[in-house]
Amino acid sequence: MVSLKTEVGGVILERPGMVASGIMDETGPSMVRMLENGAGAVVTKSVGLTPNAGHANPCFMEVTSGYVNAMGLPNPGIELFKEEMDVAVPKGKIVGSVYGATPEDFSSLAGRMEDYGACAVELNLSCPHAKGYGMEVGTDPAMVKAIVSSVKDAVSIPVWAKLTPNTHILADIGRAVQDAGGDAVVAINTLKAMVISPEFARPVLSNKFGGLSGAAVKPVGVRAIYDLRTVLDIPLIGVGGISDWRDAAEYIMAGASAFQVGSAIGTVGIDVFDRINKGLEQFMSDYGYSSISSMVGVAHE
Amino acid sequence: MSDVVTIKNVIEEAYDTKTFVFDWDAEARPGQFIMIWVPGIDEIPMSISGISENTKSVTVKAIGEATRKIHELVPGDRMRIRGPYGNGFDLDCGEKLIIGGGVGTAAIMPAVKATGADTIIAARSDKDVIMEDIASASAENVWIATDDGSLGFHGNAVQLMKEKVAQKHYDCVLACGPEVMLYFTYKACEELGLRCQLSMERYMKCGAGVCGCCVMDDSRICRDGPVFDNEKIAKLTEFGVSKRDECGRTVKFR
Repeated sequence: MVSLKTEVGGVILERPGMVASGIMDETGPSMVRMLENGAGAVVTKSVGLTPNAGHANPCFMEVTSGYVNAMGLPNPGIELFKEEMDVAVPKGKIVGSVYGATPEDFSSLAGRMEDYGACAVELNLSCPHAKGYGMEVGTDPAMVKAIVSSVKDAVSIPVWAKLTPNTHILADIGRAVQDAGGDAVVAINTLKAMVISPEFARPVLSNKFGGLSGAAVKPVGVRAIYDLRTVLDIPLIGVGGISDWRDAAEYIMAGASAFQVGSAIGTVGIDVFDRINKGLEQFMSDYGYSSISSMVGVAHE
Repeated sequence: MSDVVTIKNVIEEAYDTKTFVFDWDAEARPGQFIMIWVPGIDEIPMSISGISENTKSVTVKAIGEATRKIHELVPGDRMRIRGPYGNGFDLDCGEKLIIGGGVGTAAIMPAVKATGADTIIAARSDKDVIMEDIASASAENVWIATDDGSLGFHGNAVQLMKEKVAQKHYDCVLACGPEVMLYFTYKACEELGLRCQLSMERYMKCGAGVCGCCVMDDSRICRDGPVFDNEKIAKLTEFGVSKRDECGRTVKFR
């Protein structure tokens, strides 16, 4: 019998696919809907200390094989986010994503997420379009180490760090997470990107640049996980352009113990998790993999 | 996907409302919407108010910075749009009564044109009534309701709807308008045992079912809607009660 159960960074998931941060996870009821549609867990919208409206529209557009977005981390703030967690947490595993500018911000936010019942906390060290946050703090290994250490001291739930591909020192940043005691690395966030309208002779997004997600980034993500697997011992979570079981299998074979799906919730639909789960089960059965763990990293062998 | 379209014609519908007809051969269904980019200002969702094979239109009431900027556009100007998005109305639902309230009238007009069904256009006052001529070209019965009685029935859309439903058999009510109108339309349909399909609105970012900013309960207005039927509406605890702001905070209507 094939089992989709997996353990990653201190969290046991009945199904290996999670909702990636930023998609259908700003409100309690939408997170519940995703759990009911086959997601093993939901990572929340990244939440900060105070309410944030994000960037002005346009902050999203469809491009060939993906989306470019510059939402700008809209969220109601950690205080009010309790209401959403109160709705979602009783229904399944919720990973609290948080963003901040300093180790203290991150610790304080992570502590609140633990209080709210999050099964783990995911540190957003990778958003490419929010000034002073995300990738701006997540591309300096010393800063990453300080943040992860600080959060590890502050909470007892597992601490995951979501990293950016917009760097040539991904392995160093991964090592910083591991050295600081981080429980898992999540990779990748979006690739910094821009779209210009020739007719209007200007960038379309109000923020000018944003992040590319979707099928277009999958090979970059798979490579990032493969690289990280060669240098890290802690578990990895693959994310970037997964829309079917083949994509998920690629990430797992590159070294991920679980994966996240974002853009495909738009391109495929809410039922994307059920489809991936079925396809993965069939593949594992056909090819003799009894568990997710038996498939993790096999591309390295 | 996005397209850059050229405006062919601009029609004054009322003192503050204009229809912009543009070249666009995309396939669109009654009740769907597009996102319109207003460079340097905003990008906003707008119902498609007219559908033909090679052109589409939107009908815009100047109420904010973006809509006032759109009002400056003239034939020959270009707009960048994306869509069409949303589910649209299911027109295969028996004898229909179609209701438009205020600028929401724009969203029901393609359904009126496609079916010729009986139509109610409701507005605050006679000067706010829009698209009566377009409705009358397709529908045999077009009734007007104004809050101040300056034109047609003196009262609101739901009051007039109840009168019309008492006089003739209808299977389904299709409506778009202010949320308070939709709320009481739904209540009336439930009382009267009528099917309904109501087109809703919420603050929107992506428009494509990805970001989840426009949810009402667990339903995305942009992708699961904007049109919802009785069963779906029954599950929407936020309908007529509250909305989410740009930060995702709950804002009560009253």
